[in-house]
Amino acid sequence: MTAPFPTHRQEEWRYADLDALRPVWEQFAEPVTMTVAAGEELEEAWLAAGDDVQLRRVQLALGEGASARIFALNIAQVYGRIELEVSLAQGAAFELFAANIGTGLSTNEIVTNVRHIGVGGRSRQTVRSVLNGKAVGSYLGKVEVARGAQQTDAEQSVKAMLLDRGATANCKPELEIFADDVKCAHGATVGELDAMQLFYAESRGLDPASARALLLEGFVTGLWDSATDGDAICAAARDALRRVV
Amino acid sequence: MLEITNLHATVADKPILNGVSLHVPAGEVHAIMGPNGSGKSTLAYVLAGRPGYEVTEGSVTFTPTRHCEERSDEAIQSAAPDAGLLRSARNDGEALDLLAMEPHERAAAGLFLGFQYPVEIPGISYLQFLRESLNSQRRSRGEAELSAAEFIKLAREQAAQLGMDAEMLKRPVNVGFSGGEKKRAEMVQMGIMSPRFAVLDETDSGLDIDALKSVGAGINRIMRAPDKGVLLITHYQRLLDYVEPDRVHVLNAGRIVRSGGPELAKELEREGYAEAAA
Repeated sequence: MTAPFPTHRQEEWRYADLDALRPVWEQFAEPVTMTVAAGEELEEAWLAAGDDVQLRRVQLALGEGASARIFALNIAQVYGRIELEVSLAQGAAFELFAANIGTGLSTNEIVTNVRHIGVGGRSRQTVRSVLNGKAVGSYLGKVEVARGAQQTDAEQSVKAMLLDRGATANCKPELEIFADDVKCAHGATVGELDAMQLFYAESRGLDPASARALLLEGFVTGLWDSATDGDAICAAARDALRRVV
Repeated sequence: MLEITNLHATVADKPILNGVSLHVPAGEVHAIMGPNGSGKSTLAYVLAGRPGYEVTEGSVTFTPTRHCEERSDEAIQSAAPDAGLLRSARNDGEALDLLAMEPHERAAAGLFLGFQYPVEIPGISYLQFLRESLNSQRRSRGEAELSAAEFIKLAREQAAQLGMDAEMLKRPVNVGFSGGEKKRAEMVQMGIMSPRFAVLDETDSGLDIDALKSVGAGINRIMRAPDKGVLLITHYQRLLDYVEPDRVHVLNAGRIVRSGGPELAKELEREGYAEAAA
């Protein structure tokens, strides 16, 4: 039996493009479950296929001391959604590096729920959005620290670059903490390229337009500097950026 | 080659430079020394055109001089068979109003700023950054662009000359580099760009003795030429042991308060700025 179709009243679907979702809902209603056993490591790069509407709904369970690194590119041209529910047992580590690249009327969103269940878990979520036209790019990230999950270290960094006045970025980090010895940081910015980086590039001979294009590329592809093999996802991101810049 | 006349500049409406006048002829290395807050870095940024650094008075004329010697740098020669065109396209002999130019135009005209704090650019490899920068300069000078292979050869050679592992050039610009590695990388950039005039802002800070030696040797190799000039900004005399300046100037409270030969640097080291600049 298919799960009920979501509505905008549900916080995690608030910015979703439900019209685009309706025809494909049955296919995606049931999330994919992934498990990383104790002490094991997982690294995945999620490149978008060419479909106009793309959903990826994943439940990821990390065992004791397990680690997962997810590199994701969210560039569907109508509606793209990456939804991740992660649970971390004691000493587990989770890293997400994801980008929304949107153009025209597209809606791209990354929705996460990271639950620190065991002691000493570590999570890092880094999300970058580049949007033009009337595109919408969202990050809704909830971090839950369960009772007793002391020494949790959670971080969310969200930055968005709007290239046109009509583009919209939604950044919503959310914390729910039931332990008293934890570190939970979050930061969100929407705006301009770094002025010092621009000057540095121009001082080397790049004209302002080329410097901006290069820095914008770095803004996104910098997400994958630590990927074991980031070439494919970088190339895909560059292609997507060419449509946007 | 570089003529600074009565230069006044403000940063966030605060006056920092209060009438700097300085002439660096072609073929010379001039050192600027001075205490913290005297305006040394501001001078460097004003010359390179950093936004927010307002010139309120004065002028800077940059005259890239005619080149008469064969270039010793074979990498450039092999990479740029049209070196003759290169020279003429650089406006040889023409006096340029530096302050009227955009930062990238200054770079294309042959000005290079070695940053005191080189900037990190995640996501962009050094190779990509420098190749795009150099080719952008070459395009605006009407020169042919370097192919990827030509550029990599040039970059490898420059890295090797400065004792930097060429593999580091595959990494994102300055990300994860130590302070010393960043400074060394600035000099590799200078070698690749082969500028006519270099302003080096505390290139010696953060370097250990070995790095200081190789950076000093790099400055001499790349910039010691009859048609080139250097403005070397430093706190300490130690870099000047390796790159001997033709002139030394003391900057204090936004003005040049003393000028002299290389012996002035040694006097400053001995007696301190307060004494020497009094």
